Amino acid sequence: MKLAVIAGTPGSGKTSVLIHAGRTLLRYGLRPAVVKIDCLWTEDDRRFERLGVPVAVGLAKDMCPDHYSIYNVDEMLEWARSQQADVLLNETAGLCLRCAPYPDSALAVCVIDVTTGPNAPLKVGPLLTTADVVVVTKGDMVSQAEREVFRERILEANPGCRIVEANGLTGKGAAELAELVRDGPEVGGDMRLRHNPPLAICTLCTGELRVSKRHHRGVLRHLDGFMEYSGE
Amino acid sequence: MAQDGTCTLTIIGGVDKDGSLERVGRLEMRRGEVIGIVGPTGSGKSSLIADIEQFAAGDTPSGRKILIDGCEPRSETRSDPRKKLIAQLSQNMHFLADMTVGEFLRMHAKSRGRSPDLAERVIELANTLTGEPVHPDHHLTILSGGQSRALMVADIAVISDSPIVLIDEIENAGIKKREALDLLTGEGKIVVVVTHDPMLALMTSRRVVMKNGGMVRVIETSVDEEKVCEDLAKVDSWLMNLRETIRRGEVVGAAT
Ligand SMILES: Nc1nc2c(ncn2[C@@H]2O[C@H](COP(=O)(O)OP(=O)(O)OP(=O)(O)O)[C@@H](O)[C@H]2O)c(=O)[nH]1
Ligand SMILES: Nc1ncnc2c1ncn2[C@@H]1O[C@H](COP(=O)(O)OP(=O)(O)O)[C@@H](O)[C@H]1O
Ligand SMILES: [Mg+2]
Ligand SMILES: [Mg+2]
Repeated sequence: MKLAVIAGTPGSGKTSVLIHAGRTLLRYGLRPAVVKIDCLWTEDDRRFERLGVPVAVGLAKDMCPDHYSIYNVDEMLEWARSQQADVLLNETAGLCLRCAPYPDSALAVCVIDVTTGPNAPLKVGPLLTTADVVVVTKGDMVSQAEREVFRERILEANPGCRIVEANGLTGKGAAELAELVRDGPEVGGDMRLRHNPPLAICTLCTGELRVSKRHHRGVLRHLDGFMEYSGE
Repeated sequence: MAQDGTCTLTIIGGVDKDGSLERVGRLEMRRGEVIGIVGPTGSGKSSLIADIEQFAAGDTPSGRKILIDGCEPRSETRSDPRKKLIAQLSQNMHFLADMTVGEFLRMHAKSRGRSPDLAERVIELANTLTGEPVHPDHHLTILSGGQSRALMVADIAVISDSPIVLIDEIENAGIKKREALDLLTGEGKIVVVVTHDPMLALMTSRRVVMKNGGMVRVIETSVDEEKVCEDLAKVDSWLMNLRETIRRGEVVGAAT
């Protein structure tokens, strides 16, 4: 079984590119299955269903969507096996850029939209810097020079990555991505994350609604960068 | 691409919008050639040059394939700007990047493996094509359409000095189109010009006619057409002079 984790900011074109890549995987004779993780609602499952492959949705609701996605990797793989799939495509919700939901023995794909401007690759953080493949979408909306500058910025943030210029509308680049998924690693038994999630577990995580500082406990960081533990 | 004169760019035809085979099944372009692309709006002109820019390999809606010297380009030639053979001046020219002109050009030079010092030269050249000058500290997003295009023309001439140049409707930018075209068409390049402008269309040696997404015909520019083009050039320079006079806020005299 192979696993590809496709992360990226909302609306960056993950589903559009994956649908085209899925078609190529089917042409290769592979049996892909798709799990879409989102926060509250998604209709991506209906779009993927048109591919005629098994699709499942996981809604994180009250849990952080990336943590939810990581926590459920085993269940997702089990489900994919029960569907006789040999490739699992996991599209994440990708909201908090600090979490990178990429296990080591998976193909880590970050989808990023070129219209977010050339500073975006510097803002995205581990989601981009720990990815194997960076898929750049919506190149049709900017000039060639802007595409090239964007590419340069990605390489500054993640010098080792493979960049795929894709178009979610026409399917350009999807075959290249499909090839990388096909040649990607087999999932291992004891997968580890590539990057530690941010420190959390404060009173907000457990449901505190009051804003004032005096109500909060845990590992907390001040605006000036000072970090402290407040509690017993 | 070989640096000697043996290079060709080949388009292997695909299908039009209805999925029927293109009537022009194969088209070869040689170095030093300026070739036109004409046809009504929506007929697929921009799509054709997009196919060339991305070295389509049957993976775009048209199913066309692009060959360099008769072979499919390797994947690093397809994507790495340092090895890129193609410079493209696209039709929609609104910058989204929130950077200054100078910063952007230096970064672009770097992405192409060129010296960042070229940025100044680009701005200087751009300012010979446009009215209100562009300044290195300007934010890209405040440039007008014409200023943006002038900047990109100069960028192609100086930074992306590539053997294949693709130009989409340069006449609609409100910049000096002849001067811009001269800057872009260096010696020994393959230049593809999408145009609705009769003079620019007749300045090429051949033109591809597009219809319903497909290449339907290739017309060689005849001797008669070359004569028409010379007359047009006179009319055009008269028009351009009038335009400049009016732009400067002066009054024009009667034609002599
Ligand atoms: N112009 C252009 N639009 C694109 C491209 N790729 C995707 N889009 C459009 O961008 C929008 C969002 O695309 P999706 O594929 O749904 O993005 P997503 O990342 O899956 O979105 P979420 O799953 O909601 O986070 C859609 O309207 C697409 O049609 C592209 O390459 N160019
Ligand atoms: N060969 C083709 N097959 C399918 N769609 C096409 C083809 N050529 C062009 N199109 C589509 O037609 C539309 C108009 O094409 P475009 O290249 O922008 O035309 P033009 O530049 O001549 O105005 C675009 O949406 C494009 O995707
Ligand atoms: Mg999606
Ligand atoms: Mg066009």
